[in-house]
Amino acid sequence: MAGRRDAPELPDFGVLKQLARDQLIYLLEQLPGKKDLFIESDLMNPLDRIANVTILKKHDVDKLYKLENKLIQGVNDQLCFLIRPRISSVKQIAEIVNADKGEGRRHKYKIIFTPQKFYMCETVLEEEGIFGDVTFDEWDFYLLPLDNDLISMELPEFFRDYFLEGDHRWLCTVAKALQLLHSLFGPFSKTYGIGRCAKMTRWLWKEIAEDAESEMKQEADIGRVFFIDRDVDYVTPMCSQVVYEGLVDDVFRIKCGSVDFGSEVTSSDKSVKVLLNSQDKVFKEIRNEHFTNVFGFLSQKARKLQKEYDKRQGMNIQQMKDFVSQELKSLKQEHRLLSLHIGACESIMKKKTKQDFQELLKSEHALLEGFEIRESISCIEEHINRQISPYESLRLMCLLSLTESGLISKDYRSLKTQYLQSYGYEHMLTFANLKQIGMLTEQQPGEVLTVVESTMGKLVTDKAVGKLTDAFSSLARKSHFRAFSKRLNLIPRSEEEYDLKFPRDMAYVFSGAYVPLSCKIIEQVLERDGWTGMEEVSRLLNCSEFVSIEWATLSTPPHCSHLGTTCIVGDASVIQEGSDCAGFSLTVRPSPWCLFVRSGDETFHQMIRTVCSGNHPTKKQILISP
Amino acid sequence: MAFVTANWNPLGNVFYRKFDLYSEWMIKEDISNSLIAAAPYGGPIALMTNQSHKEKSPSLRPIVEIYSSSGNRIVSFPWKSGIVVNIGWTTNEDLLCIQDDGTVLIHNIFGTFKRHFSMGNEVLQNRVMEAKVFHSAYGSGIAILTGAFRFTLATNIDDLKLRRLSEIPGLKHPPTCWDVLMEDRQTKIILANGKDLYILDNTSCTSVTLPGLGPQVCGFAQIAISFNYKWLALFTDTGSIWLGSSSLKDMLCVIDTNFQTPPKQFVWCNRPKSTNPTIVGVWDKLLFIAGSSEETIKFYLDEDVHLVSEIDGVRIISSHSHEFLHEVPPACQDIFKIASMAPGALLLEAHKEYEKESQKADEYLREIKEQNLLFEAVQQCIEAAGNEYEPDMQKALLRAASFGKCFISNFPPDMFVRMARDLRVLNAIRDYTVGIPLSYPQYKQLTIEVLIDRLILRKLYPLAIKICEHMKISEFQGASRILAHWACYKVQQKEEPDDSIARAINHKLGDTPGISYSEIAGKAYDCGRTELAIKLLEYEPRSGEQVPLLLKMKRSQLALLKAIESGDTDLVYTVVAHLKNEMNRGDFFMTLQNQPVALSLYRQFCKHQEPETLKDLFNQDDNHQELGNFYVHSSYCNETTIEGRVANLQSAVDEYSKAKNEFAAKITEDQIKLLRYQNRLQKESGKTYLDFSLHDTVYKLLLENKHKQAEQLYKEFKIPDKRFWWLKIAALAEKGHWEELEKFSKSRKSPIGYMPFVEICVKHRNKYEAKKYVAKVSPEQKVKGYIMVGDLDQAVEVATERKNESELNTILSKCTPATDQLILEKINRAKAQILKK
Repeated sequence: MAGRRDAPELPDFGVLKQLARDQLIYLLEQLPGKKDLFIESDLMNPLDRIANVTILKKHDVDKLYKLENKLIQGVNDQLCFLIRPRISSVKQIAEIVNADKGEGRRHKYKIIFTPQKFYMCETVLEEEGIFGDVTFDEWDFYLLPLDNDLISMELPEFFRDYFLEGDHRWLCTVAKALQLLHSLFGPFSKTYGIGRCAKMTRWLWKEIAEDAESEMKQEADIGRVFFIDRDVDYVTPMCSQVVYEGLVDDVFRIKCGSVDFGSEVTSSDKSVKVLLNSQDKVFKEIRNEHFTNVFGFLSQKARKLQKEYDKRQGMNIQQMKDFVSQELKSLKQEHRLLSLHIGACESIMKKKTKQDFQELLKSEHALLEGFEIRESISCIEEHINRQISPYESLRLMCLLSLTESGLISKDYRSLKTQYLQSYGYEHMLTFANLKQIGMLTEQQPGEVLTVVESTMGKLVTDKAVGKLTDAFSSLARKSHFRAFSKRLNLIPRSEEEYDLKFPRDMAYVFSGAYVPLSCKIIEQVLERDGWTGMEEVSRLLNCSEFVSIEWATLSTPPHCSHLGTTCIVGDASVIQEGSDCAGFSLTVRPSPWCLFVRSGDETFHQMIRTVCSGNHPTKKQILISP
Repeated sequence: MAFVTANWNPLGNVFYRKFDLYSEWMIKEDISNSLIAAAPYGGPIALMTNQSHKEKSPSLRPIVEIYSSSGNRIVSFPWKSGIVVNIGWTTNEDLLCIQDDGTVLIHNIFGTFKRHFSMGNEVLQNRVMEAKVFHSAYGSGIAILTGAFRFTLATNIDDLKLRRLSEIPGLKHPPTCWDVLMEDRQTKIILANGKDLYILDNTSCTSVTLPGLGPQVCGFAQIAISFNYKWLALFTDTGSIWLGSSSLKDMLCVIDTNFQTPPKQFVWCNRPKSTNPTIVGVWDKLLFIAGSSEETIKFYLDEDVHLVSEIDGVRIISSHSHEFLHEVPPACQDIFKIASMAPGALLLEAHKEYEKESQKADEYLREIKEQNLLFEAVQQCIEAAGNEYEPDMQKALLRAASFGKCFISNFPPDMFVRMARDLRVLNAIRDYTVGIPLSYPQYKQLTIEVLIDRLILRKLYPLAIKICEHMKISEFQGASRILAHWACYKVQQKEEPDDSIARAINHKLGDTPGISYSEIAGKAYDCGRTELAIKLLEYEPRSGEQVPLLLKMKRSQLALLKAIESGDTDLVYTVVAHLKNEMNRGDFFMTLQNQPVALSLYRQFCKHQEPETLKDLFNQDDNHQELGNFYVHSSYCNETTIEGRVANLQSAVDEYSKAKNEFAAKITEDQIKLLRYQNRLQKESGKTYLDFSLHDTVYKLLLENKHKQAEQLYKEFKIPDKRFWWLKIAALAEKGHWEELEKFSKSRKSPIGYMPFVEICVKHRNKYEAKKYVAKVSPEQKVKGYIMVGDLDQAVEVATERKNESELNTILSKCTPATDQLILEKINRAKAQILKK
């Protein structure tokens, strides 16, 4: 990323943080005097990035609590709640208020919804009988810059709400976030999009943009915008990537741009929270490297660091003084980070060099290529039988379903039965949900032809495939993975040796087995400056709503459009595990750089978790590991 | 210049002038026998005749007449309601008629009835004796004196809050005089009962005394409070007038009038910022003006008059004239006063000479310039122009100002430009066809926005738009707003067909910014024209705006559609909530089924708030699959007893069967079986089994040596052999039952091979046991097995046998040169051999 000489400067997204911080402070000051602040647990991390405890304390926040299921009694007369507009959170607040009422305590309550309030929340407050007891506010905190080139809305429930429940309420929120970007970094001269959600969001945003008649800058930091629905590409997040950042996420979970390294990494008792972004000099160099190269990098770095330290040997006093005052601190910092990343690497090595992981990768690649499907299925079976990991098993099953256009009935039933035997019957609902969003489906008897089609895909001409697709387009949405992966060259030919040190395309992220679909689409569309020639693919993806819209109302001179090409993956991000988008962007030729904006933190686990969880919130999983 | 000052009358060091606002003024009615009320700021005049006679004869109904200030009769209609005590105008120029039963009727300027309200029961019982309409920053208020000599107040009739003021001690007959006072944002009443003065406020009745009044006074007959509530005047029974601040703290002066009777009308006539507060009183045929100076002015009148207090003077209305009396503004005084040497006067003179092409112009100019007062001169002329009513005079003054401006470099132009613009507006509205005779200070006080509102009120839409354009008021606040009002008026024209009105409105309004078609449609609906409203709504570009009205018109289905179209889920939800209350359950559900967006939104709500409704929703749709899922969910979330959970699961089985999903039904049945089994186990053993997965249950049984039960489950639930073997060896190893493990391994051929045996032993650090199984491992994995148990020697042998170089390399990487010298050699030899071939 650093080496991209043609890349224009990224705009400073810090202004987004500043805006959010100022508004939050303003809102807090609206409630003068000492107050207790209750924060919804998943807002803790984002809030910390905006305003830390010191800032909050400075503005009369006395005690901070996590809003949880249990009742907490504040110490102050004024209670302020900072929550997402969720019914469950509102009910929790109602409980607190009603408990206070029951015991005759009189407090002042204020709920700050972020990023916006929903009417439904008010209804719930009304039904709980506390509508008159609380006041509301909205904190327009839409976008959190996680990295130089990554902005997130941190709305994990978007995926579940929209794709599973069909609930559209977050679309407006996304549109408003877009408008914020548009007003700060726009005007956008061109938008591209794929998927229903993308289309609706763009439409909503345009409504807002037209209503807000504001003076437009002539020069745009962000010129082009790409909308893409998460469900356009479910395959990519189902694959395990083997670049450093991806593995870190796999093993430690990157949350809101930071990671908790446990004691096995820090080689002490304490765990350390580390911000993972391009500010971290060590991380910046290795984040997008294939894991096999990372150790080499790190040892090189260690030697270099040692050399820097060694410099002081031949120094006189003055030089030494300069060294201590100027370089030592940054050297020490680098040293610390280096040892952390080396520790992390070791941890990853320990976990990932196991037999299981190798087998996992093997079946994954086999599924992507469409060979030895039966072996893969029995591998998955074994995986389930041995209770290795509930999520990994589900992930492989999803990948199988996505690449094979659904599982044949026999396999579906046997895998499902075994899964339930291993992990409990309550996962009935998990399966129902996965089926609903089309990630894990059972082929209907009438669909046998499509199986034929997908296996025959390699033999039949493209035209025939097209016809077949037409014939079945009336059926429920299904993956035509084989067809479009061939068309878009998503699977590199395996006979060539793949050089992971000097990758030739994005596939290196998956050890050369697969080029991420969504990124390929973005690359192709930007290269063509539109969807011409891509109609076939869009049909195969069953996203007939492929749209390409010229934003012509703004008179941005054409030569300006290259100033910033931005890919916003607004509705559901494609960025699999963190922000290796920078790695992908290497090959997105027409766009000097990419900025990704995503609605939630949608790694695979996050996605699955949002789909699984909520079904049995009171039940804990009881696992006995063999 | 003599003619300008002809109507000037000196009073102390200032002058008062009285002049006709409209020369053609003429009203038929007899003012003295009517109730009369004129709205301030050049507002309309209302008269109600016949009232004073109070004749019971129905044929002689009172007539209400409304005139514009220029004397045009706007409307005349017979009064059909009860006995009116007083009439008055609101700040919005609505006519208030206060009846003796406390009912207040509101008519607009065109005499159209708007609404009515009551002043409360107490007023109704005791009847209204006197009533006054007053204005304040809060709007228009009404004060009522009831037959029980109590006061009832409403400070703002648009936000009616009735206040009954406290009782006045010892009041046995109506007070001699009273008025409404505003002080510290509080409405109070000052009243006189003989020689006692009281102030009534929210809570109390306070007796007050006037400072500086002689002891001989034993009664107050009239009271007057100035337009801005700052000054107060009292007429005493001794014929003197007390002038002072309305707080009654400071006295200004006491004027001795020698009148024995109190004045018929008594009002203040003050210019804002004037240092000469002046009071005007009317005695039969005499208009009497007095202030703090010794002098007084007296005008003799031909007929009865009505005085209207304005912010900067008094309007005098009679049957044959409509005059304005005010203190001559300082700028005019300076310029026109006889023999004035003020810079403005000189400049006006200079310009006159200049027009005559006389060199005297230069002399005058020099005189001003020598005193360095040219700037002031121009300013004076501009200001004076604003205060003159005659366009010719305005022009002369402005020309003089413009002339003077030429001799000043960098004179800021906006003062002149603004005045020229304002004067155009003022002259336009003073025209008798419009009839709003605003003075310049009134106009400034009223603001252009309110003036436009008043023009809209009079339906003078074109003039209003012209003024907006002239004053460069933004389209959003000006033209669009006026057009919207026009459209709202247009929809009330009942004789025109819906289509043509809708078209006409759209034609004129087009896509003007800030136009809300939904508002106009709302008006149409209020007029009972639903069809027209719907037509108009179609022009509304924002679907969200259409929704509230559609709901109001009971077009809920359409509202739902539009709400969904708008993409605003809050709006959708509003409609859904509305529908829920409006429709019966069946129809409501049907409607939702057709609208997936609304349906899923409602489902989300139900999931948290009304789970039972969710069930009904699925039921109604015959969605048995989802119903099954619903029961499963509630079995896990809502039920605590085992019976309840089983019952729910049983319902799920039924639903799944109905959904023809035998597979799901079967699995669920299995789960019921498992639950029951676990329950039994738990009761028998006292250990937790419930909610373990089948896998975990079996494992736990095995760990507890309950092999028989485990076998039973294995058979009953058709656990695959592989899984069972995995489970069993893991459990045995965990417990360290190595003999059992060995026995088990020999029980029959392992379905999972023997590598897992090796692995599990190694995992539990028992290499000795592990070695027992290595030999049985399949050839492909044998090398790995030997490496695992640490027998590199054997590993090399097997690998050599298999002639597998990569396996040899793997072993090689495990060797440490120091200890495994022999093995290393062996490997190298083997490799060499393979290479040879």
